[in-house]
Amino acid sequence: MSILLDKKTKVVVQGITGSEGSFHTMQMLEYGTKVVAGVTPGKGGQDFHGVPIFNTVEEAVKATKANASAIFVPPPFAADAILEAAGAGIKLIVAITEGIPAKDMVHVYDFIREKDVHLIGPNCPGIISPGKAKIGIMPGFIHRKGKIGVISRSGTLTYEAVKQLSDLKIGQSTCIGIGGDPVIGSQFIDIIKLFNEDPNTDGIIMIGEIGGSAEEEAAAYVKKHVKKPVVGFIAGQTAPPGRRMGHAGAIIAGGKGTAKEKMKAMKRAGIHVVPSPAEIGVTMKKALEAAKK
Amino acid sequence: MKIHEYQAKEILRSYNVPVPEGKVAFTVDEAVQVAKEIGGKVRVVKAQIHAGGRGKGGGVKVAKGITEVRKYAKQILGMNLVTHQTGPEGKVVKRLLVEQGVNIKKELYVGITLDRASSKNVMMVSTEGGMEIEKVAAETPEKIIKEKIEPSIGMQPYQARKLAFGLGLEGTQFKNGVKFLLALYKAYEAIDASLAEINPLVVTKEGDVIALDAKMNFDDNALYRHPEIVKYRDLEEEEPLEIEASKYNLNYIKLDGNVGCMVNGAGLAMATMDIIKLAGGEPANFLDVGGTANKETVANGFKIILSDKNVKAILINIFGGIVRCDRVAQGVIDAVNDIGVEIPIIVRLDGTNAEEAAVLLEKSGLNFEVAQNFKEAAEKVTEVLKG
Repeated sequence: MSILLDKKTKVVVQGITGSEGSFHTMQMLEYGTKVVAGVTPGKGGQDFHGVPIFNTVEEAVKATKANASAIFVPPPFAADAILEAAGAGIKLIVAITEGIPAKDMVHVYDFIREKDVHLIGPNCPGIISPGKAKIGIMPGFIHRKGKIGVISRSGTLTYEAVKQLSDLKIGQSTCIGIGGDPVIGSQFIDIIKLFNEDPNTDGIIMIGEIGGSAEEEAAAYVKKHVKKPVVGFIAGQTAPPGRRMGHAGAIIAGGKGTAKEKMKAMKRAGIHVVPSPAEIGVTMKKALEAAKK
Repeated sequence: MKIHEYQAKEILRSYNVPVPEGKVAFTVDEAVQVAKEIGGKVRVVKAQIHAGGRGKGGGVKVAKGITEVRKYAKQILGMNLVTHQTGPEGKVVKRLLVEQGVNIKKELYVGITLDRASSKNVMMVSTEGGMEIEKVAAETPEKIIKEKIEPSIGMQPYQARKLAFGLGLEGTQFKNGVKFLLALYKAYEAIDASLAEINPLVVTKEGDVIALDAKMNFDDNALYRHPEIVKYRDLEEEEPLEIEASKYNLNYIKLDGNVGCMVNGAGLAMATMDIIKLAGGEPANFLDVGGTANKETVANGFKIILSDKNVKAILINIFGGIVRCDRVAQGVIDAVNDIGVEIPIIVRLDGTNAEEAAVLLEKSGLNFEVAQNFKEAAEKVTEVLKG
C-alpha cells in the first residue's frame, strides 16, 4: 500500500511543454504514472507524446478526470498555477518549482488550508509510491517496493536515505519530499499522520533540516500517537547561524531552529535519531528488527 | 538580500513611515555637507555596514555642531568596525549616515517577519527597545506582544491599536504609533521583505513616533519583481568568493574549516558538512552545485574551493538523479587535469550511471580516493586528514 499516490492516480502536468515539464513527464510515463493530461495556456488541442494538452486545468479535469497535478511552471506564475489546480478540484497538488516568492505562498496556503487538498512542496522532489507511480523529479530506479515511509525536506538527501534502504533490501511504501521553503503545503506532521494510519507502512524515516519548528511539532505528534518505529536525521548540525544554506527555510534565526534542539525534541519523542546521515538505513533495519521482537 | 540602514530608511520614508531627516555620505566632506543641509542642533553620525551592534563597536557618534560632525566622520569612515555580528575580523566602514538627532523619550521595538508555523506574517512589539530582542524573547517573553496578520485582508487598524496600547502609548503618541505600525506593515508587504525590524522605535518628547534604526531583509525569490530593491545591493558587503560563485549559479558559503566539499542539493550538502565534522574535519564551505552539475560547474566549483588556502582535502558527494554521474566524473577528471589539484580528493558518486563513473575515475590514472557510499566517504576523510 501507499499514501496519497498509487497506480490509479490520474495526473495532469501543468507546464508540460516547458523544458523541465516535458523531460519529467517522459520520466513519469516511463515509471508507469498515469499522466492523463497536460496544461499549457494557448496550446490546448495539441498533444505531448499522446498526452492531450488543455488550456486550463478545469478543462483537463472535465475531459480526463485528473485528480492530481504536477506543477513545473516557472516561479513568477507557479503560485497562480497551484491556485488554478485547487480551484479545479484537484486533490493532490505537487509543486516542483523552485524559487516561488514567500508572499505568494502565504496567500496560496491561506487559500488551500480550509480545502480538502494536499499540496506537496513547492521546491521539492515530489512523491513516489515505488512500483506504482511517481509525481516529481526523483530517480525512480533507486526505489524499492516495500513498507517504509520516507519524508524529507530535501531532495538528494532523500535519495541518499532511500538508496541506503534499498541496498539493505528494505522497500518503501511512499517517499515524499515536502520542500525546503519557509511556506510549504504539507508539513512533517501532516504526512506522518498519513503514514501512521496506513496499515502497510511499518516504519517512518523523517529527514529534517535546521530552521523553523516543524520537526519539533512532528516529534510531539510522534510521541503521542505513533507506535511504529521512526528514524530521524537533521541536516545542518554544522551550519552557522544566520546564513541561508541553499534552502530558504534552512536558516537559524535568533538561536531557534538549531539541529541540537530538534534532535533533542525528537529523541524525547522516542525517535531513533542518527547523528550521521550514513546511518539512516542501518538504524531503520535495527529498529524494525527490534519492533518484531 | 540585505541592505544598509540608510537604504531601509529611504524605503520607509517613501511609504510614509517616519524616520529622522538624514542622508548617506561617502566622504568626510559629504558628511559635513549633509549635516548642513539637514540642519538641527544635534546630528548623529552612523557607520553603515551590514551588521548590528555598531554603537557598541564605536560606529555611532552624537555630534554637537559641524566641527564634531567632521571629527566623527573622519574617525568612523575607513575604520575597521568589529561587532558581535561581523566576527573578529570586522568590517571596513565605507559609508556613513548623517541624520538629525531626536529628543528620545522612550525606546521601543517593532519587528515583522514570516511565522513559519502558521505561514502568516507576524508583527511583534516590545517596550524593551534598544536591547537585543532575542534576549528579551528568551528572558522575558511576556514583554513581547505578537499579532498575526491575515493574508487575505492584511493588517487591520484594530490590530495596530492593540499593539500601540500594549506599548503603553497615549494621546498623540498613540495616534502616531498606530499610523506608524500600519504604514510599516504596508511597506513590508509591498516590497516582499522577509524581515523589517525597527530597534529602537522611539517616542520623542514632542509625541512623534520615529524609526531611529531600521533593518530590512528581502526574499531573494521575489527580487525579480523589485528592481528598485536590487539596485541597493552593496557587493562590498558580500564575500568575494560568494559573488564569484553566484556568477556560475553555484550556491557557495565560505566557512572556516579545512575540508572543502562539492555536493548537489542543499540538504545533502548540509549532511555532507555534518559528516565531515563527524569524521574529524571541519567543513571549509557549503557548496551546492544544483541540479545540473556538468563539466563547467565542477571546474568552477573546484576553482572557488581551492582559492581558500585553508582547504586540505576536498570531498565530492554527488547523488545522481537527473544529474548523470559519468558526466560529473568526466568533469572532475578534466578539471583536475586542467587546474592541477595537489590536495587529496575524495569522490563519492552514486545514483544514475554510478558504475560508468567509477570506471572513468579508475581509468583516469589520477589519484582519487573513490568511496562507494556515504559512510566510506566519511572514513576516507578521516584517513586523509591523519595524513
